[in-house]
Amino acid sequence: MISVQACLDGILLGILFALIAYGMALQWGVMNIINIAQGDLVILGGYIAYFMYLYGIHPAWGVIVAPVIMYFVGIAIYKLVINKVVDRDLFISILATFGISILFMQLMNFAFGADVVLANSDYGTTMLFNNNVVLPNSKIFSAFISILFAICLVIYMKKSKLGRAIRATAQNARAAKILGVDTEKVYAATFGINAALCGVAGALISITFTIHPYMGLPYTIRSFMIVIVAGLGNLPGVAMSGMGLGVFEEFADYILGTEFRIGSVFLLLVLILIYRRFKLSRKREYLK
Amino acid sequence: MRLNKIILSFVSALVILFSTSVASFAKVVGDKIILGAAISLTGKYSSNGVHTQNGYNMAVDRINSMGGVKVGGKTYKFDIIYYDDESNPKRAAQLAERLISQDGVEFMLGPYSSGLTKAIAPVTEKYGVPMVEANGASRSLFTKGYKYLFAVLAPANLYLDVAIDLAVEKNNGKGVTVAMAFEQDAFSQDVRLGVLDAIKRTGSKKVIDDKLPKELNDMAATLVKVKQMKPDVLVVSGHTKGALTAIRQISEMKVDVPMLAMTHCDAAKLSKQHGKNSQYALCASQWHKTLTYKDDFFKDGMTYDADFTKEFGYAPPYQAAESSAALLVFKDAFERANSFDQKKVRDALAATNMQTFYGNIKFAPGGQNVDKPMVLFQVMCDDAGKCENKVVAPTKWASAKLIHPIPSWSKR
Repeated sequence: MISVQACLDGILLGILFALIAYGMALQWGVMNIINIAQGDLVILGGYIAYFMYLYGIHPAWGVIVAPVIMYFVGIAIYKLVINKVVDRDLFISILATFGISILFMQLMNFAFGADVVLANSDYGTTMLFNNNVVLPNSKIFSAFISILFAICLVIYMKKSKLGRAIRATAQNARAAKILGVDTEKVYAATFGINAALCGVAGALISITFTIHPYMGLPYTIRSFMIVIVAGLGNLPGVAMSGMGLGVFEEFADYILGTEFRIGSVFLLLVLILIYRRFKLSRKREYLK
Repeated sequence: MRLNKIILSFVSALVILFSTSVASFAKVVGDKIILGAAISLTGKYSSNGVHTQNGYNMAVDRINSMGGVKVGGKTYKFDIIYYDDESNPKRAAQLAERLISQDGVEFMLGPYSSGLTKAIAPVTEKYGVPMVEANGASRSLFTKGYKYLFAVLAPANLYLDVAIDLAVEKNNGKGVTVAMAFEQDAFSQDVRLGVLDAIKRTGSKKVIDDKLPKELNDMAATLVKVKQMKPDVLVVSGHTKGALTAIRQISEMKVDVPMLAMTHCDAAKLSKQHGKNSQYALCASQWHKTLTYKDDFFKDGMTYDADFTKEFGYAPPYQAAESSAALLVFKDAFERANSFDQKKVRDALAATNMQTFYGNIKFAPGGQNVDKPMVLFQVMCDDAGKCENKVVAPTKWASAKLIHPIPSWSKR
């Protein structure tokens, strides 16, 4: 029963992480930018839901309000900073987003204070298997909403004009530009969509966990890892690696102890990278 | 042209140097005793940093308005120079250096948190500047042999051992099983050591000993283990994040334990953020307003609570109360030393033996306060969902009876 509990906990957690990671994979693929401020956008989304909760609105509405606000925040960040670094090398964009991350942390600290806060959803608990497995409904709700947003996004990317433009730009920005795609607009929209996804995830995190201005970095790292494991532009891969990491974490925590939880995830990352290198080196063709 | 630039920058450097040295303070200017403090006004400790500053300010105003400090037949008033350490230990150490060597401060008040106090203590020690601190409880601060560091609060290892004693007492003196979840930081690990000592002393047994990473806000795995092992006591310490996460997940996962003890409940505003879900949690606290300690300046805990609430608009957490007490200790030491000589003041501080509204204060050779026990309060809610913290241990100060064991979730 414990393994069922750990599995389910891990999967529910993983789905939420996968949503954040998907946003990261999207903009990484399209704009070649690794967004260090990803986690901070998540936390900002969380604060939006938290403030709704403070004003007596159920925080679950945050999953609708937060992405709308965050979309515009994303566009604003793009116009102010990202469009100046989008064509530069990766190092510059990492530095720029790192700066944004610090700025966001300080601004949130200044605006919302340094207290750890949370929004109560009062969703209750689901008991399974004769009360041996306990799942908080807030986590189930989070997973459900995450999947819903992911599906909507996939359909949007496949069917809409902008979605096609985004995919075209990801494949070859120059060719897309020649064929009449306004890449500048595509970039802005991509960054906005990523921020909106972070907003949804943040609202869900404020319902399931806690938020604090300086708590963003773990989310950035987690999504970074998921993307590395899954590869860019691979949505099923992101979802699978997100859930896989979630389950792996829970089991590592249970078997090895909580102190090895994060460490074991990093160890797994190293192993995967080594394995990939090994696989690549077998396929490698040398220019002679 | 280049030479001109060099001369210009040299001259401006000199001007800056002079302007700062002219503006610098001496330890005692006119009728003012100037204390220095680096406080976290921004950054992750800013909430508690502000509580600390409010506590200091409240005591300064009170002491000044009630006659000030009498040294050598003359009356002096307190004044404090504050700098913002940005919750950063390196910055705190720099600022301590600046307060002492540039501003000429000869007496210091402590910053917020064990980590920052640890960063500042070597500096004050190097210059022989007496520092009374109110917010660094880590045991390691008191084992380094510092001569100029004095803490008005009880050390971290005493935070939760009372809870183990209480559980054993409820178990008719027999040992209990204990599940522990502690964050991996200096303070929480010190709390853990105290609990381990208590487990050994009482013949109890630890069944879970999890160390929570700093960046983690999910303890589901630990709680699954708790459900399996069914310990008599669950002890959690991980600052405000740990307290909030624990209550949220314990209530969501319906984890039944006869006793739940934790730290940082009032800093986390547990009963406000979690309402009835936080009911029955036992919390370690340095101070509670219902304790009946007394002094001439703040009278007692209830009066302090009322005065503080009137001035700052919120009820004082213990971080504010202990900060106010630090000033009372300084005043007492100055008057007994009857001098501003740092060595004499230091010796007077070491000989402190007084009662304040916050508790008795008497320093051990390591600098920690050994005369003030921790109190445990329990969150108790009425039917309307209004929750209050009531002291339940030690028995001497108890204002309510401990509810034990905690009713199971199915019966709540």
